[in-house]
Amino acid sequence: MAAEVMLMNEIEAKAASMGIDLNIDFNSIQLPRGEDCGIVSDDEDVYHDDQLEFDSGFGNVIVVDNLPVVPREKFEKLEGVIRKIYSQIGVIKEDGLWMPVDPETKKTLGYCFIEYNTPQEAELAKEKTNGYKLDRAHIFAVNMFDDFDKYMRVPDEWAPPEIKPYTPGENLQKWLTDEKARDQFVIRAGTDTEVLWNDARQSKTELVYKRTYWTESFVQWSPLGTYLATVHRQGAAVWGGANTFNRLMRYAHPQVKLIDFSPGEKFLVTYSSHEPSNPRDANRVVINIFDVRTGKVMRDFKGSADEFTIGGAGGVAGVSWPVFRWGGGKEDKYFAKLGKNMISVYETETFSLIDKKSLKVENVVDFSWSPTDLILALFVPELGGGNQPARVSLVQIPSKVELRQKNLFSVSDCKMYWQSNGEYLAVKADRYTKTKKSTYTGFELFRIKERDIPIEVLELDNKNDKIIAFAWEPKGHRFAVIHGDNPRPDISFYSMKSSHNLGRVSKLTTLKGKQANALFWSPGGRFIVLAGLKGFNGQLEFFNVDELETMATAEHFMATDIEWDPTGRYVATAVTSVHEMENGFNIWSFHGKLLYRILKDHFFQFLWRPRPPSFLSAEKEEEILKYLKKYSKKYDAEDQDVSMLLSEQDREKRRMLKEEWEKWISEWRRASEEEKLERQKLRDGEASDEEEEYEAKEVEVEEILDFSEEVLFEE
Amino acid sequence: MRPILMKGHERPLTFLKYNRDGDLLFSCAKDHTPTVWFADNGERLGTYRGHNGAVWTCDVSRDSTRLITGSADQTVKLWNVQKGTQLYTFNFGSPARSVEFAIGDKLAVITTDPFMELTSAIHVKRIAGDPTEQTEESVLVIKGPQGRINRAVWGPLNRTIISAGEDAVIRIWDSETGKLLKESDKESGHKKTITSLTKAADGSHFLSGSLDKSAKLWDTRTLTLIKTYSTERPVNAVAMSPLLDHVVLGGGQDASAVTTTDHRAGKFEAKFYDKILQEEIGGVKGHFGPINALAFNPDGKRYGANKISLLIYNLLMKLDVVVCCASNEPCLWKVEIYGSTDVFIIVS
Repeated sequence: MAAEVMLMNEIEAKAASMGIDLNIDFNSIQLPRGEDCGIVSDDEDVYHDDQLEFDSGFGNVIVVDNLPVVPREKFEKLEGVIRKIYSQIGVIKEDGLWMPVDPETKKTLGYCFIEYNTPQEAELAKEKTNGYKLDRAHIFAVNMFDDFDKYMRVPDEWAPPEIKPYTPGENLQKWLTDEKARDQFVIRAGTDTEVLWNDARQSKTELVYKRTYWTESFVQWSPLGTYLATVHRQGAAVWGGANTFNRLMRYAHPQVKLIDFSPGEKFLVTYSSHEPSNPRDANRVVINIFDVRTGKVMRDFKGSADEFTIGGAGGVAGVSWPVFRWGGGKEDKYFAKLGKNMISVYETETFSLIDKKSLKVENVVDFSWSPTDLILALFVPELGGGNQPARVSLVQIPSKVELRQKNLFSVSDCKMYWQSNGEYLAVKADRYTKTKKSTYTGFELFRIKERDIPIEVLELDNKNDKIIAFAWEPKGHRFAVIHGDNPRPDISFYSMKSSHNLGRVSKLTTLKGKQANALFWSPGGRFIVLAGLKGFNGQLEFFNVDELETMATAEHFMATDIEWDPTGRYVATAVTSVHEMENGFNIWSFHGKLLYRILKDHFFQFLWRPRPPSFLSAEKEEEILKYLKKYSKKYDAEDQDVSMLLSEQDREKRRMLKEEWEKWISEWRRASEEEKLERQKLRDGEASDEEEEYEAKEVEVEEILDFSEEVLFEE
Repeated sequence: MRPILMKGHERPLTFLKYNRDGDLLFSCAKDHTPTVWFADNGERLGTYRGHNGAVWTCDVSRDSTRLITGSADQTVKLWNVQKGTQLYTFNFGSPARSVEFAIGDKLAVITTDPFMELTSAIHVKRIAGDPTEQTEESVLVIKGPQGRINRAVWGPLNRTIISAGEDAVIRIWDSETGKLLKESDKESGHKKTITSLTKAADGSHFLSGSLDKSAKLWDTRTLTLIKTYSTERPVNAVAMSPLLDHVVLGGGQDASAVTTTDHRAGKFEAKFYDKILQEEIGGVKGHFGPINALAFNPDGKRYGANKISLLIYNLLMKLDVVVCCASNEPCLWKVEIYGSTDVFIIVS
């Protein structure tokens, strides 16, 4: 089927036969002035977001260049070849392939246009066939039709960009200067999203900002707490401000599903997955990396979902999120992605691979960055039926030097846990028993900061115990493990350095038969919440690891989520809408005292606003700790004042309510008195109203319980 | 606390009513037979046989001689309390949901459910002093509210009728003309079905309970919202102490969902609130099943304490009455009553 070309004289003939005057005088048409035809859009964004909308309707058209120039006889053959190549990628629209012919020579012009059903297909076709070698002389050059237009419009002469005057931004960190040193959190319930202060002193919350339909799927704080990100169908946005929340930047990414900030919150990674037109293909994945402040796309990655799902099976929507893991602490210098037989490490100065090539590691299935240093820990599983042992190695970036390697025999699976300061790495290795029928678990503990990185092997007392949870003490040297097979597992605490045995790991204690399956360390260490979620219905145990004693046990029935506030002073437990009943959250003190409880139906999210790390040096912190008594006096006094004020306010409130109630009572008495005779009449003269005139009186009685006199001496 | 079991009903109980003196307790159940008990010792005094369907509601006259009962068999019956004989039967085309005698007991307000083509309605009947002169005809019929009208009660001096039901709106009607006088505000009012409504002893204010997990206190004359008590579960039943400033809310999840969750998840406790401060002050724990009705013994003075009747729906699909005597102290209310299928009284 040849593309139909209607010649101009044919059109004119047709028009004449239909009685249409083709000579339109364009000057005679008067449109209202201005680009918007005088109709003012109510969308404020129209004015400054021009770049977002270039929907010319040709987004699904590609131009294929460098085709052979063929005479008429070979036209159909060439067309057949092109159609074959391009219909493999997507569905070409009916009459969607047009190869123009030179009217004089009757030869093709060496290019063609292909129209697909969707822009995604067109995009894919461009990616896949650009550079396709038909033969030696004809290497396809494929472009989006829209791109031609875009590049044609680039002016030939360079004009200096207009420099906008500097306008100081708001202090986005103002919440840190709260006089009462409170923390904020965001909650999402129903259609409302609210940011609230945790006013623990007054056992209540104070609203900072509330908005209905703020986000279309979820909200997320940036790692240092500066921004709150919302997710919409068209993309993501970040919000922040001194006293309220204004939209600071938007990041266009249609159908974005997941987002992730770099640890220093310089970059935002967004992810979306699109259904392929051919159901046998894998989903198409689009990942954009934005500069948070400027909103510019720094790099985008597009491809089949298969390329992003190596290693960790599953995760969210087929990929293990985050696809890109950020390394190097808060500097945001490097990020890495797991690939097939390689780890691709990119650096953010140029957004390209370090040394222009990926790190080749045969069969690597997992890796993780040190939270503080430029060190990658990677895991390669056992190969060849045990001939080649599994391996964990530490690689320095960007030098790609292997710092340490450890071979592990008969390992079935492996998980890596970094301590928050990057001092220790625990590798949990599941090993086969000799019969290969079951597995048992052991730990390999790396001391990263010591010379030659010594490794220690730790096995549990009962090495057949299943490991239910593992957690390092933040900034500390201890870790907790929940282990055991029975319904009430045991919890053990270990230390990487004990007073008498500096270089050795030692067990501190084992708590037997606990109803717990999750561990939540305080961000400051020392305290831990041992939680029994799911099957345990929300059992909580607040444990002091310094003293090895339980401070409190409690229950938040059906609790699904637990989060410490960033200072380690409070704990929030929440029942989210995975359950129908009991939705809402509780705020506890670090030692397990319930401070207040708020119920909200359809409760989705509770997130504390993170704080940036303290500027104080370790020595300074130690000094404060030493003179804590001196400082705490001031705060204790403040607390006392608040509680005095509170009870005063409370009394006042009660008095008001009582007074108001008294007013109603007297009003009712008066009305009742007025109606007394008539009521009597209704009752045929029966007068006894007396039982309705009850009275409740509150009597306060003071009683001296004890009285003693003591003489106080002064020496 | 020593419970006295009151065995009698074979099907779930639906409604409870004390007489004015507080010595008799009338109970209605789905087993067709309203029963009267001695409130003091739980002894069964007698039954009222004649209904052919679940009995939803009852009221007793001020002098405790007449009982009126409303049933799903589409009738409302008048009974001689002492002899247990039927005096008269009002026939309706649909189940009767609530009944109440007016001040003076010469009128009764009856609500009927929507059924087949009939819409729900409020009927006012004249109650003759001599049962032989009793007639079927209605003094007034009010129609209008959507869905079931769960409760209709008399306002001061029988001049108004207050109704509430599935459409979540409380309405005050003129009892002479049937004109709508007032409607509760959509913003401040209930958001879901109003399940129960109970008046204060002097009729000056009333409390409404709703599936929107709250109870609200209203002024009877002006329909001003005075207080709101928020809870964590749908409210099926409400009661006000005649003696102290306490209100009790009862509820829980649907009976059909009871067996699917932990007993703590259902929230079947009767919750006590401070009437004035709107704060929760106590609860009766340990029931397994939603509470469908509550009633305070009007004769609070006799014991110098509150007497509360709680209707509990338990696992075996039978309803229990718990009449518990509670003092001023919230802790004394934490009576634990597990899985019983019988009616019992707790005497402190």
